[in-house]
Amino acid sequence: MNTHYGIYGGQYIAETLMPTLKELERQYFLAKEDPAFQAELDDLLKHYVGRESPLYHAKRLSEFCGGAQIYLKREDLNHTGAHKVNNTLGQVLLARRMGCKRLIAETGAGMHGVATATMAALFGMPCEVFMGAVDVERQAPNVERMECLGTTVRSITEGSATLKDAMNAAIREWTATAPETFYVIGTVAGPYPYPMMVKDFQAVIGHEARRQCLEQTGKLPEEVIACVGGGSNAMGIFAGFENDPSVRLTGVEAGGEGVSTGNHAASINGGQVGILHGAKTYLLQRSDGQVTPTYSVSAGLDYPGVGPEHAYWADLGKAHYEVINDDEAIDAFDTLCRLEGIIPALESSHAVAQALKSAPRRAKSDVIIVNLSGRGDKDMENIREWKKQHR
Amino acid sequence: MNRISSIFQNCRREKRAALIIFAEAGYPNLAQSEQDIDTAIENGADIIELGIPFSDPMADGPVISSAGQTAIENGANLQNILEMAARIRQRHPDTGLVLFSYFNVMYNYGLEALCAELQRIGVDGILAVDLPLEERDELLAPCRAHNLHLIPLVSPATSPERARAIVQDVTGFVYYVSVRGITGARAAMPPELAQNLAMLREISPVPVVVGFGIASGESAHAVAECADGVVVGSAFVSACTAPGQAATLVRTLRAGCAKENS
Repeated sequence: MNTHYGIYGGQYIAETLMPTLKELERQYFLAKEDPAFQAELDDLLKHYVGRESPLYHAKRLSEFCGGAQIYLKREDLNHTGAHKVNNTLGQVLLARRMGCKRLIAETGAGMHGVATATMAALFGMPCEVFMGAVDVERQAPNVERMECLGTTVRSITEGSATLKDAMNAAIREWTATAPETFYVIGTVAGPYPYPMMVKDFQAVIGHEARRQCLEQTGKLPEEVIACVGGGSNAMGIFAGFENDPSVRLTGVEAGGEGVSTGNHAASINGGQVGILHGAKTYLLQRSDGQVTPTYSVSAGLDYPGVGPEHAYWADLGKAHYEVINDDEAIDAFDTLCRLEGIIPALESSHAVAQALKSAPRRAKSDVIIVNLSGRGDKDMENIREWKKQHR
Repeated sequence: MNRISSIFQNCRREKRAALIIFAEAGYPNLAQSEQDIDTAIENGADIIELGIPFSDPMADGPVISSAGQTAIENGANLQNILEMAARIRQRHPDTGLVLFSYFNVMYNYGLEALCAELQRIGVDGILAVDLPLEERDELLAPCRAHNLHLIPLVSPATSPERARAIVQDVTGFVYYVSVRGITGARAAMPPELAQNLAMLREISPVPVVVGFGIASGESAHAVAECADGVVVGSAFVSACTAPGQAATLVRTLRAGCAKENS
């Protein structure tokens, strides 16, 4: 089995975890071929998660831009409020099938933590979520949600106390407790087979969106836009269109205060090749290989790496990776709230901002699909703070 | 004969296990860590694992993690640690030196450039904790070209079949991780350790050393009975904070390395 994407990806992990990864790969392929596994996954996606999610023609937003027609893939309407649940459901079904007794996860904005905690409750499994102390602070509502669901949240104070440090802590815990503990990784990062597995579980977004677009508009979209931190919502929606060369795939990285300031989280646009959390990929790091702290107003994009397949696609030009800064994301957030009555997550607001740039340059007959990966309730406090400091 | 082989041969003659000390290079600062490494060597360490600090040490417990963070904050990087390694080599021509880190630090330096520099300095080998069998060819080629040992890890999770693949054609020594988990002192060694080591030593073409969790003369002694070498890391790094403690610890560990049943 090829575990790499070009030079990217791989299994750069301690020997102690290698047998666990091999078994995970074996079991995943068995599950994938098992109709009963797929049937249970499909049933829960429909009746528990609430799929399919709508593809919504945002007419007022499109008129405001005066160009292409913008359609929103409403992943924010999923149970738990983001795309993350598509993946946690799949992984936890796999964990149960493998006989694992306990779940762990890392989380940044808390959406993956909440989605994992939800599945832990649904399947009656104990769960611990590792979260950077900075994120515990700025995403407090999600900490409460996880605790309500019976999950223990472990606040990580080391390093920059954000997502990467939470992931270090989760990997340490996993090293000591695998294979009884299943590590539910939240994005298309980590050692193989995680990037492949998470893509497969998120691909439902793209497959639905493609069919819905054909039904509603009679054609494929000209462009599909999604935000990229680790890149799971982007890889999920891109997966539906990766064999359609006419569709431009645009990933949007978090520019924070601007790539030139150094205070950003744009790994592809501002990083170099390195190895972190089990994979070779673009990384924000010093020239001596120390990973640098990242910055974005959006906690979910605040990660120094990116899924290895995105790194590969960036090199190939199969997808294009743009940068949206904090202020542009906040403006897009306001615009979508006021024009469409939809409160997007700050992460997704980066994708909306890119659509606001792209749509006016396009013909009225063009179609852009934006993956609205999550809802913004968790960000209220954060946005108020940002506006107080900047406006 | 290469330096690492001579060291293990001497140890066998002296009926003891080799003592391998892991030092977090640059902790608490470069000058102090250079002195601490000298202390370790002067008090009986046979091989020094020169730990290069990394911002995201996912295989390390709190002691080595926080020491690494301090070292980075105080200016340690691979370049100035290599300069330190060159000075240590000049003072201690017979001591084994192994570079020990995470792959990203090595990768960013340039693998070919790094191996060439290590050969020039007289470092004997490299150990990358996050470079398993599946990924090691990338580093193995420049190591072979520059006459460096690439030290592999085997863990209690490794099957005998996999262990065979890992140790095949290995030079230098094999590092057996005593427990499933991360670095740091532990109260007792797992009961299956002796049996696992016997199996591994049978299939390994080179000596087998044991690390993770060994912190005292007693635990070193328990391991020395069934291994060719004993690695102590976190306990040494902790001892480096108090004057005189590192020397005492290394002497105690060295005494613990004596084999009774060989």
